[in-house]
Amino acid sequence: MKTTLVLSTALAGMAFAATAQEVNVVSWGGAYEVSQVEAYNKPFTEATGITVNMIAADNPSTPLKAQIEANNITGDVFDIEVSDAIRLCDEGALVEIDPATLPPAPDGTPAAEDFIDGALQDCAVANIFWGTVIAFDTTKFTGEKPDSAADFFDTEKFPGKRGLPKNPKRTLYLALIADGVPADQIYDKLGSPEGVDQAFAKLDTIKDDVVWWEAGAQPVQLLADGEVVMATGYNGRFFDAMVGEGKPFEIIWDGQYMDMDMFAIPKGAPNPEAAMEYLKFATDTQRLADQAKYIAYGPSRKSSAALVGLYKDGKTEMAPHMPTNAEYMTTAVMDDPTFWADHDAELTERFNSWLAGS
Amino acid sequence: MANALDPHAAIATTAGGLTDGGLTDGALRTADGRPLVRALARSQSLARRRAFLLVLPLLAFILITFVVPIGQMLQRSFYNDGFSAHMPQLSQWFAGNPRGAEPDEAAWAALAADLQASAEARTIGIVGTRINYDVPGTRSLFTATGRQVRRGIEPPYQAALLEIDEDWGDPALWSAMREASSPLTGNFYLAALDRTRADDGSIQQVEERQQVYVMLFMRTFWLSLVITVITFVLGFPVAHLLATLPMRKSNLLMILVLLPFWTSLLVRTTSWMVLLQQQGVINDILTWLGVIGPDGRLQMIYNQTGTIIAMTHILLPFMILPLYSVMRTINPSYVRAARSLGATSWTAFRRVYFPQTLPGLGAGALLVFILAVGYYITPALVGGSSGQLISNMIAMHMTDTLNWSMAAALAALLLGAVLLLYWVYDRMVGIDNLKLG
Repeated sequence: MKTTLVLSTALAGMAFAATAQEVNVVSWGGAYEVSQVEAYNKPFTEATGITVNMIAADNPSTPLKAQIEANNITGDVFDIEVSDAIRLCDEGALVEIDPATLPPAPDGTPAAEDFIDGALQDCAVANIFWGTVIAFDTTKFTGEKPDSAADFFDTEKFPGKRGLPKNPKRTLYLALIADGVPADQIYDKLGSPEGVDQAFAKLDTIKDDVVWWEAGAQPVQLLADGEVVMATGYNGRFFDAMVGEGKPFEIIWDGQYMDMDMFAIPKGAPNPEAAMEYLKFATDTQRLADQAKYIAYGPSRKSSAALVGLYKDGKTEMAPHMPTNAEYMTTAVMDDPTFWADHDAELTERFNSWLAGS
Repeated sequence: MANALDPHAAIATTAGGLTDGGLTDGALRTADGRPLVRALARSQSLARRRAFLLVLPLLAFILITFVVPIGQMLQRSFYNDGFSAHMPQLSQWFAGNPRGAEPDEAAWAALAADLQASAEARTIGIVGTRINYDVPGTRSLFTATGRQVRRGIEPPYQAALLEIDEDWGDPALWSAMREASSPLTGNFYLAALDRTRADDGSIQQVEERQQVYVMLFMRTFWLSLVITVITFVLGFPVAHLLATLPMRKSNLLMILVLLPFWTSLLVRTTSWMVLLQQQGVINDILTWLGVIGPDGRLQMIYNQTGTIIAMTHILLPFMILPLYSVMRTINPSYVRAARSLGATSWTAFRRVYFPQTLPGLGAGALLVFILAVGYYITPALVGGSSGQLISNMIAMHMTDTLNWSMAAALAALLLGAVLLLYWVYDRMVGIDNLKLG
């Protein structure tokens, strides 16, 4: 009796899953999630009838790795960074994606040529370029305003707390830039013990003034609360606070750290077909251009750039807010996935040791 | 069973014994003629079995949800087959050749074959990750070489692999691969104690700037001790008040103690953030009162102070409740007797009252200390950098670096240390002297 009940419930559950198509997308939450819901999910559900469940995480690779390790995959599409995509692909945890199956550009250019270099990996497709940049509260600096990475580390000239992410990846490079290391030599430096020492020595100079953040929404909040006067954070979040909510922030593009977000599908995803369909839909030319209407992240397709126009308020020109703007690219540090795959564990350990010591 | 325990049956036994030879062997018998001792044992074993059946679901629950997963997790601390399972031929070569043997062409051939097979199976990343724990920077060596050998590799293998990357000749790498060739390893425990193996296999301390765990273990125990002492100092008078007030008033106060206990941990922790931060309520009030200047706002959160304050608040009820339950049972006439015999109020408290509260104090201190040692959410939120505890490192290895073996080793050490403290406590105070309520 009991067994039949359990069985019939299980069967009913399976039947339900089979009829109501859905796809679980794990992304970064906040303003970024909103932009994806507006630009990808709504038109996707309209076109295919598949429901999209958005799940927010501080960094979606964290639940993804845990799900793989525990052998219990619940998400279908994960929005992750390049280094994670390459690493997980090497470990055989992600579904390989053939570029030929991705939709071509409107003018017929195949996807393999339409995507910017590096945006197509064996197991992942980039949707946006984004920058980690410095922003400051303009009301806190009435005289001279900070305008460089060096100013971020100059607490005498610009007193006040600083907000920094609690990881080595987006702090060490900034210390080196502030110390005068050119952007193209960052990884050579970080690969040598002396370079790492130099970065930590620079971080030491502001250690007592740093408030460490972990989630992408935090630096914006810390700035808005007045808890810090300057913070590094994701440029789209700052844009959203500045233009969307009218906060008196200003962005310093010097020493931005550029990264890509990629869509990847883990092997063993509960809805693999719907996941692949979603991935193809979300990374087509129009969708990527549409997303820029809601958040200031650069689309990963060349053909999308021309379609990027005004912000959703209908008057703000998006181009000057894009991290991919040529002017901002000159001092930008690009993420190096191979470097971080090799050195992340070691530098994280060193970073934690440095952080914990008082 | 009802027969055996029924007094009438027992009487019947003695009465019947006269006629059916009960007196001849001297044994008491039940009405149906069985010896009473055996009937009792039988009924008792039945009762025991029934009781066992009643707790069986709980036992199974604990086994399935607690013992097995924790055991599996702890197993990872000394068992990691990330290398050995995917590099079988080379592991075999290591098994057949003692430490110190120079890798010969057979070893290189085994390495090349394993790399090729592993690259095709897309497990090369797992192998590289395993070796990268011991020799940082080697992960890409494995993945990049794997990509090349997937296309094919010709003998001589040593020359071919060194041609791809000369790092393959690094003795530290071979030493690490030898270590990893057996899935059983103590290296994670070494790393958890800030130790590492040198190329020749001897154990040494890691560089000073990489050391973090020993210091964090000490900080965790030290802060837990501080928090235990503070909860005692704050909780003792409250518990005493609760125990001595009339019932109606003490019940009201009790609710005040329990209310935060029933509030979500996250809500309480974030409330502390609102109160303590530099632009927070307390700093605002102090500035408004003129106690501190606008530039002298106190840093009370995102450091050790924040961790101590928030954790003390959260753990306070665990100290108050056992103390209270013990204090309620203390007869006030003892203290009155002491006073009437001439003791000062301090002496009466110290020599008569306080010793009677020890069972509650022991239970409260043990509870608070053990909970504090494993605390993780609160220090993560309000601890900043100087208020992080060892549990935050365990969480980091669980979720960020995904080095579950390392997390398991740290957790096992923490568990071991707590069990050791529990044993010391048992020897010094005695676990029988523990009263939880």
